[in-house]
Amino acid sequence: MGVSVADAAPASPELVHPELLKQSGQREVFCGLTSIVWLHRRMPDAFFLVVGSRTCAHLVQSAAGVMIFAEPRFGTAILGERDLAGLADANEELDRLVRDLLERRPEIRTLFLVGSCPSEVIKLDLSRAAERLTSQFNGRVRVLNYSGSGIETTFTQGEDNALLALLPLMPSSEVSQLLIVGTLADAVEDRFCSLFAKMGIEAVRSLPPRRSTDLPAVGKGTKVLLAQPFLSGTSRALVSRGAELIHAPYPFGVEGSRDWMAAAAAAFGVDPARVAQVLDPLVERGRRALAPHRQVLEGKRLFLMPDSQMEIPLARFLSRECGMELVEVGTPYLDRQLMAQELALLPSGTQVSEGQDVERQLERVRAARPDLVVCGLGLANPLEAEGIATKWSIELVFSPIHGCDQAGDLAELFARPLRRRQLLTFA
Amino acid sequence: MELTLWTYEGPPHVGALRIAASMEGVHYVLHAPQGDTYADLLFTMIERRDRRPPVTYTTFQARDLGGDTAELVKRTIADAVQRFQPEALLVGESCTAELIQDQPGALAAGMDLGGIPMVSLDLPAYSKKENWGAAETFYQLVRSLLKAQVPPPGTPKPSAQRWQQEGRRPRVNLLGPTLLGFRCRDDVKEVTGLLQEHGIDVAVVAPLGARPADLLRLPSADANVCLYPEVADSVCSWLERSFGMPVVRTVPIGIGATEAFLQEITTLLGIASADGAVSNGGSAPGLPATAASASRLPWYSRSVDSTYLTGKRVFIFGDATHAVAAARIASKELGFEVVGLGSYSREQAREVRAAAKALGLEALITDDYLAVEKAMAEAAPELVLGTQMERHSAKRLGVPCAVISTPLHVQDVPARYAPQMGWEGANVIFDSWVHPLMMGLEEHLIGMFRHDFEFVDGHRSHLGDGAPSMTPAADPVHQGPGALPVATTAAPEPALATAPVAASAATATATLEAPPAAAVEPRWGADGEAELHKIPFFVRSKVRRNTESFARERGIALIDAETLYDAKAHFSH
Repeated sequence: MGVSVADAAPASPELVHPELLKQSGQREVFCGLTSIVWLHRRMPDAFFLVVGSRTCAHLVQSAAGVMIFAEPRFGTAILGERDLAGLADANEELDRLVRDLLERRPEIRTLFLVGSCPSEVIKLDLSRAAERLTSQFNGRVRVLNYSGSGIETTFTQGEDNALLALLPLMPSSEVSQLLIVGTLADAVEDRFCSLFAKMGIEAVRSLPPRRSTDLPAVGKGTKVLLAQPFLSGTSRALVSRGAELIHAPYPFGVEGSRDWMAAAAAAFGVDPARVAQVLDPLVERGRRALAPHRQVLEGKRLFLMPDSQMEIPLARFLSRECGMELVEVGTPYLDRQLMAQELALLPSGTQVSEGQDVERQLERVRAARPDLVVCGLGLANPLEAEGIATKWSIELVFSPIHGCDQAGDLAELFARPLRRRQLLTFA
Repeated sequence: MELTLWTYEGPPHVGALRIAASMEGVHYVLHAPQGDTYADLLFTMIERRDRRPPVTYTTFQARDLGGDTAELVKRTIADAVQRFQPEALLVGESCTAELIQDQPGALAAGMDLGGIPMVSLDLPAYSKKENWGAAETFYQLVRSLLKAQVPPPGTPKPSAQRWQQEGRRPRVNLLGPTLLGFRCRDDVKEVTGLLQEHGIDVAVVAPLGARPADLLRLPSADANVCLYPEVADSVCSWLERSFGMPVVRTVPIGIGATEAFLQEITTLLGIASADGAVSNGGSAPGLPATAASASRLPWYSRSVDSTYLTGKRVFIFGDATHAVAAARIASKELGFEVVGLGSYSREQAREVRAAAKALGLEALITDDYLAVEKAMAEAAPELVLGTQMERHSAKRLGVPCAVISTPLHVQDVPARYAPQMGWEGANVIFDSWVHPLMMGLEEHLIGMFRHDFEFVDGHRSHLGDGAPSMTPAADPVHQGPGALPVATTAAPEPALATAPVAASAATATATLEAPPAAAVEPRWGADGEAELHKIPFFVRSKVRRNTESFARERGIALIDAETLYDAKAHFSH
């Protein structure tokens, strides 16, 4: 397998994919509120206040499996019947609740009011609430708002909306810089920064930042490199602020990570020889780390249910670097622009499906009997009970999986269920 | 509007889902937005269910709201009925669908469902919670299936003892066990066995494992056993009103309650006590033969090792059923002192208040876990019996804890047989409550040797410098000068009866509230500090807190050794 450099993976005209399978029916996916679970860890000085119902509170605590925190940095302002009866009261109630909360949590610098299905349906104006509260707190705390509602967002789209909410606060600057967009594990981010420094790119910033108030600037000199494939709105908004979007596959696996970094280097005019000098040892080491997992995964048939929006890049990694056969690659929605590089790298004939009708999709799973299904927590044990190995997709948004150094770990996540099946015997 | 960082109960439609998923042949169509499908993982992950819960969600999105969501509801119902061919259909909505007022129940009523019984659920999401939703769903389902069978008013009540005339064994229904309930699976098995031993058959267990057709047989039993009032209370009351079926309301958790349960049910059914199965005529005087022979709890509790359990301060919080049962067991069967009792079950608050009052306490009825943690800290317990959340709170306070109640965690669905009810349940309870505490002999030895150098700061483990250092968990902030991490074989259990200073009111921890700014804080003098450091680390923080609060109350600015011993005398009753 060749690893392309700099201008990365041009779309191959001879690639033929079957027609996109569009489905509509029951969607077995999380809503955007779920992204609070990793966003609040990324920005320890931010609080995420869902304005919603008991269902929202229950969802966030169930999805995160949380009972860990004395006082977590997320919570729900649960609407009661009185709030539904009069919206003026709901605004007053929200103000009171936010005041109490911030009094108790003086370390909070940014408060996100997160819209939910009920708050959207009753048209509670959280942007006005955010403005009102920001002025009340007089600069001590910035109050922002975005929607993580299920009627508008799917799972990881919550992060897209949260970043969009930060965007107006980012100062304008034409200074030349690389802006990595999308939550990364801190250690992974540090690693990328040091690699870019080795290639001579010193000015590297991240969105979201580790401190919510330490926002990067954006403008004509900014080149945006997306670390996550689900940031459609944010990337477009950054471009409208003058930034340039670097087109690259996403940094999953050795190939994707290499092309991703190389594309950034090319955008900054770094000499390809220098890029190769920095990245070649990583590629070589990454491939060695992958090898034992490739042995397990090679030739195995993979079905990805739509969930995290990371399915297409992961399918590309698992087929090209781990030798898996793709039965179906589901994605909650298809952003052709952000996925152009990835789609071009998928093997010819890959069936991509958009949206979901979970019952019919499960019929296809049962008919195809894949060796591994990537799916959400609601489907995993039932499929295992039918004899089909699964990998929970939610682990992919909580684990450090980006970069050449993590490629082996990423492959291991998929190899583990298969390896485990080999290990177990009850005879 | 109410700030919730964590919640004991989900929304009411999750309660409905528990009923549907507990039963066979029932399907639930839920009008709900995308994202509400998270509820599936409660069953597939926490209960490790091997199949998806029987629910179809409409998963509407914003773009559907402009169109015809009612049409989406009807299409979803029709598809679900065709695909799953249920024997009964539940139709309802979650919080968001309630706002858009499509009235899925009415839509379903207007559809040709091929004669399948359909129950429209009206579960107000903005005022009610999960257990209420479960109880209401169970009630609506039973009522709608049985309403054709309800005898006309004035029909004489059937006798609970009619089995004698009908020449059969007496039989009862066990009502209330559900998925995501605490140990329901094993309780059903235990109670079924217990009843069998007394010649009583179980007619129907519901909702757990029942089909709609089984619910139709409910009136054929002689009585209903209300095993879990949170779920079954309204059904039992309705069956009592409509069919004259008596209800056994004693929940058999603990020795005394199991005895009372057997007494109640055998009396009701007119089962003779001549065989000695229930009466007090057993071999151990004062102790019924059945309890003594069938459960180890009574003997274990009387055995000398258990003397160290005497007067242990225990704080109890959970659902009403388990909290009330725990209070009875703790105070009567283990000799603990109950220092706090509360529940998040508002619907059963009256029972909890009564139980608390009988113990000279005021019940804490709240669904704010921080209020529970605060009350826990103030009660200074030596053992906490609570939910998984109290387990976490207790861990922060350095107090051992056993879990007695929902909300369910994957750890609460053990692989082994571990009921809470009946004789075996009492055994399980003894083990799971007592094991987090230190064993009596162990504690005695520590009390005896507490002045030995091994327990003094600065002592190093015999493993040498390579020993894993264990910073005393109970006293993380106030390390004495020059104190080294202590490695010891003693369990780092912070609350001991033989400790120099008995437990008392502690100030709330720093996580709960900031210290009052104006108060003058007492200072520790050198000899006070020196005396304090002679005390084993695992009780030191409590002694420190007690002494400080003693000094504060009396306006003592400088704490010396005398103050410490004055405080000790004061707190040791």
